[in-house]
Amino acid sequence: MGAAEFLDWSVQIALVILSLAFLGTVFKVIRGPTLPDRILALDMLVATAIGFIAAIGIKTGFTLYVDIAITLGLVGFLATVAFARFVLTRGRSENDGPSEDDDMTQDAVIMPDAAQFSEIGEAKKK
Amino acid sequence: MTELAPIIAGLLVLVGSFFALVAVIGLWRLPDIYTRSHAASKTGTLGSGLVLIALAVHAGDAGTTSRALAGVVFFLLTAPIAAHLLARAAYAVGYPLSKDSVRDDLSNRP
Repeated sequence: MGAAEFLDWSVQIALVILSLAFLGTVFKVIRGPTLPDRILALDMLVATAIGFIAAIGIKTGFTLYVDIAITLGLVGFLATVAFARFVLTRGRSENDGPSEDDDMTQDAVIMPDAAQFSEIGEAKKK
Repeated sequence: MTELAPIIAGLLVLVGSFFALVAVIGLWRLPDIYTRSHAASKTGTLGSGLVLIALAVHAGDAGTTSRALAGVVFFLLTAPIAAHLLARAAYAVGYPLSKDSVRDDLSNRP
């Protein structure tokens, strides 16, 4: 088996594995159970997509795919930062996530200990 | 030398996609948002970074190689920042730790 043939086969196998990872991440976005879980799965989705694009770039030989991968990484980073900011301002809603592993104090449901993050607490007062 | 580069690239692609699968398994198996953040940010970044390095090895010209390596560096810089921001925001608004957590260094309670 030649080296080029080995590369072809390994890219094919990698595309199958990356497809499985992609599907698993998409179902994690759907399942949740909480909003940060979904955002984390979206971040992971972007990472898997970058790997996917790089593998397709090896397969087809188009070097333009590298630029697309870098741009997708930038967009994914900005989206995650914006979503984290959104989680911070929204707080934690009542029906968000399972209650069976809820072992923090029960009065800590909606925006509890924001005072220990002092700059965050100041941002909330505005 | 011309025989070695495709083999290295193929191995890197295989290992990178394996790490992406491990990251997804961690995303499903781990108990809370903070531990899932470990799996997604570290292992996911390693997976896609390895596939990008494979593309850098496979591409013959210097322009594509340097762009792919710049993408890897950029991704290694931004992924921890995004994961840290998300975990910090989740902790600040009170998403609970898993029952199996042994310590919480950010908590002010004794």
